[in-house]
Order: sequence, then structure tokens, then C-alpha cells
Amino acid sequence: MPAILLLEQSLNGLQFGLMLFLLAAGLTLVFGIMDMINLAHGSLYMIGAYFMASFAQMTGSFWLGLPLALAATAIVGALLEMSLLRRLYGRDHLTQVLATFAIILIANEVVRIAWGSQPMMLNTPAELAGPVTLPGGMQYASYRLVIIAVGAVVAVLLYLLVTKTRVGMLVRAGASNREMAVAMGVNIRRLFTAVFALGAALCALAGAMLGPILAVQVGMGENILILAFVVIVIGGIGSIRGAFVGSLLVGVVDTSGRAFLPLFFGVFLPPQLASAAGPAVASVLIYLLMAVVLYFRPQGLFPARG
Amino acid sequence: MKSKLSTFALATLISFGALAANELKIGFLSTLSGPAGAIGIEIRDGFNLALKHAGGKLGGLPTEVVFADDTLNPDTGRQLAERLLKRDRVNLMTGVVFSNVMLAIWPTIEQAKVFYIAPNATPTTITGKGCSPYFFSSSWPNEAHHEAAGAFAQSKGFKNAYLIAPNYPAGKDALTGFKRMYKGDIVAEVYPKLNQLDFSTELAQLRSAKPQTVYAFLPGGMGINFIKQFNAAGLAKEVQLILPGFVSDQDVVRAVGEPMVGLFDTSHWAYDLDNDANRKFVAEFEKEYKRLPSLFAEQGYTAALIIDQAVRDAKGHVEDEKTFRAALMKAPERAHTPRGQFKEAANGTPIQDYYVRELVKDKNGRIVNRKVSTILTQHQDFWLKDCGMK
Repeated sequence: MPAILLLEQSLNGLQFGLMLFLLAAGLTLVFGIMDMINLAHGSLYMIGAYFMASFAQMTGSFWLGLPLALAATAIVGALLEMSLLRRLYGRDHLTQVLATFAIILIANEVVRIAWGSQPMMLNTPAELAGPVTLPGGMQYASYRLVIIAVGAVVAVLLYLLVTKTRVGMLVRAGASNREMAVAMGVNIRRLFTAVFALGAALCALAGAMLGPILAVQVGMGENILILAFVVIVIGGIGSIRGAFVGSLLVGVVDTSGRAFLPLFFGVFLPPQLASAAGPAVASVLIYLLMAVVLYFRPQGLFPARG
Repeated sequence: MKSKLSTFALATLISFGALAANELKIGFLSTLSGPAGAIGIEIRDGFNLALKHAGGKLGGLPTEVVFADDTLNPDTGRQLAERLLKRDRVNLMTGVVFSNVMLAIWPTIEQAKVFYIAPNATPTTITGKGCSPYFFSSSWPNEAHHEAAGAFAQSKGFKNAYLIAPNYPAGKDALTGFKRMYKGDIVAEVYPKLNQLDFSTELAQLRSAKPQTVYAFLPGGMGINFIKQFNAAGLAKEVQLILPGFVSDQDVVRAVGEPMVGLFDTSHWAYDLDNDANRKFVAEFEKEYKRLPSLFAEQGYTAALIIDQAVRDAKGHVEDEKTFRAALMKAPERAHTPRGQFKEAANGTPIQDYYVRELVKDKNGRIVNRKVSTILTQHQDFWLKDCGMK
């Protein structure tokens, strides 16, 4: 019996971790290559989810809505980069934090005006609404399995993109030494815009996939953004591999903390205290993990810069 | 100079306050946005409907309602309550959905000596030892629906139950109420964070605990997500889910749909209660808003009817505390509310019946909460015993 519980919680952790990875991948590239702290990354996640909910309603199909939402969010990302963020690259981090924080507030208000303050309904596609029986007789929500599959496929594609293609080479060059890359004649402006659009599309993918499980609502990006930052700090800024490992670590630690700590506290505390202490300590666990990683590897697990 | 100015300002304020006796200004502080915003909107729509029926005049006084959205944040709620009381100088307050917001704003309202008419949250801390003449609930005491659910689970003979409610005052009240009436084993008592939306870890635990029944008090978007994910995880076939009416009424049915059919819930009201006031309420609500009302809408509607009756009986003297309090306490016996007439206990909580409802399809194919039986009769707040007021 505990084996099944363990398996199910691992799948939950994996699912959460892979969605975090979609956010962290874009964030780490932007941070690593452009040396730019973009707090508005979570807003792109929110906008992606809203686009998804709208397009899914318009087309009547989840799967038709998905590519439209990704494309639309990528365009928003590119426009944002070209119009605003481009002017911030040379500034110090404080200016970037202030400016992108302003974007969060503006984005929240714009979304509120455009879509209203009520959360939007985004349903799982009907064919994925039920459970599937896994080998061993365990039932698991089929939609969550699809999330895991999508996350895994994107991770592999990103890995191939970064390690095997010319664009990936430029990205890596930019991440490890920006000045040198510019000196070697890389068109850094176009590269930045492309990376930013890609990051936005990944955000939209995370927002679209998580929308049916969570709620498509104003401010949904802020909480998850903090976790995404933890992930990239653990993984090493600028490293896709680091973002991947960091996401899975954070996902599994967070889920197992929430699942097993209340049980552990329940042994010697009343249930109300135990279930309050469980999640509280679980959320500290993530930061504890970050502190330990940084103590032994101040550059993160997989530093992009030599 | 400065002190003279402020004395002048104060004098003006006081004189304005005294002038405002021939009209009624109500502060409606509620949760109107976010995942739980639908609840506040239901209450508001019910309230507005009754106000419209009264021709914009509650108790014969021209009525202005000032709306404010606490966004389910107790700090925001407190600031807005201050603003409603001090800047807008409202005569009455109402509207709060969530008990944690209610507890945060309560000291402010009580100090201002303004009556609060609860259309929803009625936390036990304000009805027991901390009871107050300024607090009046036209909805229900916090634990009642959960006591009804516990009694129902007990009557069904379920051997053991898994309980889940958010970690906030009403969540604790809820499970306390359920456990008071339910005598079977509790396999687990789980308190997720308020407004948690992903229940994967809880559902995994639930699966391995294998209870016969699950009782879930998860208001707003939490409940919508929980029921959806409960079904997606394939648990619906194995475990009977019991809900309080707050988690299973029309606002949730609209979002979840088909999986709701076959569930049971408990409520102080049902759309098919057999009385004229209820038939009028349901028909008019549907005409006005193009949807069936939920119990929250009934609560908003009833709160307005009670205010209307009390202000009328007090001949508009809302500022006369004794008269108005006496009128309020008698109002539920005089007003024709959709749930019928009821008595009010000394701590300002209704004494009323609670029903079991089943979610079924009506002849038009709509999913409705149909009344099945009366589970508690003339039920009163457990904490009345701790309140010293007469």
C-alpha cells in the first residue's frame, strides 16, 4: 500500500517539477544570456493561460487552442522585448527589478480589464477527464500523465535545441560570455528577441497545461515565479540542464514534503497543528535545499559560466 | 490653527452624521474577485434582487449600498471596513463571505457600534463567548451545515470518513461540527491552505486511506477543483463524497457539470422548498440573472429582507440601538423569506431546519439540488450556551 502512495506522490512531484521547468527554462535563459532579471516572467505565464482559455472557448477544442495560445504569447513576449526590455539590458539589476515589477502590475490590470476579475474556466479535454489504470492496478488522472509527457518532450527538445543546433550554440556562447559572443559577430539583438519569445511560449505552455488543474486568474503568476527563481538559482543561472534538475528537485521535495510531513507531524501533534505545520515546513524545505546547494556550490549545480 | 481646523472638521462630520437619518447607507464588504469571488457575487445578486423588489427602499428608507471587494485578504478587508465606517459613514454593514475576513474586521465594526447583518460567515468566536449585540446573522451558525452532514453520514451508516477543510477559522468550525454528529472512525483530518487549488497530494493520501466516505468543505474555486480532480483521479466510483451546500450549489454545478450528479449535500434552503416566497424568489432570480439561484443568493436575498423588516419595524431608527436590536431579533419571525419564517437565538444566530439534498437532473436536464429529507429540526447554535446575552 505505501508503495502505491509513494509512486503516486512521485508522479505528482514529477508533474509539478516538469511544469516548473517550463517556466524556469525561459527565465534562466533570459537571466543567463541577457543578464536581465525579469520579474514579469510570471505575467507571461498568466497571459498564456488567459489566451489558452479564450482560444479553447473560441475554437471549442483544447488542442486547437494550445498552438494559438503559444503563438500569441510568443508574439506578446517578442513585442515586450523589442519595445521595453531591450532598453533595460544595460541598466543595473535594481532598475530591471523595478521596471519589470511595474510590468506585473500593469499586466494584472490589463488582464482584469480585458477578461474581468472572475477566474476563467478552462476544462481538461473530455477524453482526458477520467483516470487511467497504470500497470500494478493504480489509477491516476490521465491528464496529469499527459502533463508529464508534454514536460518531458519539451525538455528533450530544448536539450537538443541547445546542444545540437546553431541557435543553441549561439545561446550557449551568449550565456557563457556575452561580450565575446558580440565580438565574434553574433547578432545579439535578434537572438535576444528570439530567446525571449521562446521563453514566453514556454510560459504559455505551462499556463495552458496547468490552467485546467488550477484556475486561470489574475495574479496566478506571482507565486509560481518565486519557485521558478529558486529553481534557476539551484540549477545554476543560464543552464537548461540545471533548470531541469533544479525543477525536478524542487517539485519532488515540495510534493513529498506536503504529503509526508503532515503524516510525520501527525504522530506527535493534533491533526490541525500537524496539517498546518506540514506545508509550512515543506515550503521551508525548498529554501533549505537552496541554501545547502548554494553553500556547497555557490554557482548552482550546473554553472553556465566557467 | 491646526487643532481649530480639525475641530471644525469633526463638528461638520458629526452634523452630517446626524442629518443622515432619513436614508439608509449600507456597507457591503464581500469577496467579489478571485477563485472564491463567485460566492460574493451570488450574495450580492440576491441582495440586489430584494432591494429591487423593495423599490430601492429598505424599510421605506431610500437605500444606498456601497460595495467593496476584500479579495479574501483580511488586511484589505480591515482597511475597507475602516473606509466604509469612517469615510462613507454607513449605517449598517453586511456582505462578508469568509470567516477569516470577518474576524479581522469585527473589532472595527463593534467599536464603531454599527450593526452587522451576516449573510454568510458566522464564526463561533463571535457567537459563543465573544457574542455581541451588534452582531446579527441571517444565514446560519458556522457549524450547522457540517453538523447536518455529520448526522447524515451517521444515518447512512458509513464506518469511517476522511475529512478535508481549509486551514482557516470556518474550516476548523466545519470539521468540529461534523465530528459532533458523526460517531464513526475519522481516518484523517486534513487542512490544506485556504485557496489551494491543486489537491494531488491529498487525493493520493485519500486513495491509500480507503475511507467509505469523504466530507469536503472547500468553498469557492477550491471545491470546483477538488471535485473535478476527485473524479479525474477515479475516486468517485470508490468513495461517497458528501458536501455542505456551500461546495455543491449552482455556482459549482455550473463549473463542474455532470460529475456532480449523485452527490449529497446539506443546506438550510433548497430551490424546491414549498412556499410562496421561495417560488417568487427562484422565479424572479432566474428572470433577472438567467441562472438558478444558489443558497448564497438566498442568503443575500434573506439578509436584505431582514434589514427591510427590521428598519420598518424600528420606524427607521437605525441609530437607536435598543429599538433596532429588538426589531432585528423579531424580524426573522415576521419577514417572508424563501426559507420560511424562523426564530433568532439570543446570540444572534438563526434557529432553523437543515435539509439533505441530492444532486439530480430535473425534467429539463438541468442539474439541481433537490431536497430529500429534513435532517435537523429547529437546530440552534451549539455555542449559544457560552453567550451571556439574553
